[in-house]
Amino acid sequence: MFDLTGKSALVTGASGGIGGEVAKALHAAGAKVALSGTRVEPLEKLAAELGERAFVCPANLSDPASVEALPKAAIEAMGSVDILVNNAGITRDNLFMRMSDEEWASVIDVNLTASFRLMRGVLRGMMKARWGRIVNITSVVGQTGNPGQGNYAAAKAGLTGMSKSLAYEVASRGITVNCVAPGFIATAMTDKLNDEQKAKILTQIPAGRMGAAEEIAAAVLYLASPEAGYVTGTTLSVNGGMAMI
Amino acid sequence: MSDIADRVKKIVVEHLGVEEDKVTETASFIDDLGADSLDTVELVMAFEEEFGIEIPDDAAETIQTFGDAVKFITEAA
Repeated sequence: MFDLTGKSALVTGASGGIGGEVAKALHAAGAKVALSGTRVEPLEKLAAELGERAFVCPANLSDPASVEALPKAAIEAMGSVDILVNNAGITRDNLFMRMSDEEWASVIDVNLTASFRLMRGVLRGMMKARWGRIVNITSVVGQTGNPGQGNYAAAKAGLTGMSKSLAYEVASRGITVNCVAPGFIATAMTDKLNDEQKAKILTQIPAGRMGAAEEIAAAVLYLASPEAGYVTGTTLSVNGGMAMI
Repeated sequence: MSDIADRVKKIVVEHLGVEEDKVTETASFIDDLGADSLDTVELVMAFEEEFGIEIPDDAAETIQTFGDAVKFITEAA
């Protein structure tokens, strides 16, 4: 089950906690992986750890030219992109009334617009191959909202709607488009929360703990697999029961 | 028939899985050859690759029939 031998995957944000685990899981299932991110050093380190079938493709997702170049670089490195995991994301939290246009735009640019461009960039190859898997990492916040995260929630909810639209368009070509919506996962992003915030969050999680990046990676692996070929346009929530949607 | 028309016909036949004799000058990809809107996008992409040309979106919209495609590509190539 879940054998990805012969498939090539592009993972954005692979220098981060969730992205790194996603890359490891896809690689362990036999896929070639292109690791993308802004910081080259952690990408090189992960590639060295994975060994064969791992490639480093740095990109700055806030720069449109860099985004356009990424699918091409990944195809050059691996021969194709059969699986795209849009995992990269940034936060610029602020209360709504204080949120600047720049905070709004930077989160929309990286989390939503870059994902759109990357999806568009890999579709041609997937259409020709009559096989493709796109997995977008969204967030429970995109489903429920979160104070201080108007921009982030908008981007993640936008990603969900975009995924469903594309899922309609390409389902007949063997391409699936799905989302994985993590709840609170122990990563650098959630490390920024203070103990009081964490304690408060835990009271809202039936599982009583934060999730692990590996648990997100497992969901991505499933949606990327041949076995998930009849699953498209859906969101797989991995949130410890925090929001049962 | 010109070399371009032959190559275009080959792409259409392969992509849409239709009989060669159905692909006439006035055959509409959508109305006569069973293409859906995504097929027409894929055909345009295939033409671009085969002939090394760029077909802008507004031009692609005018390519409705086999004859339209051959005419556009002959002029562009």
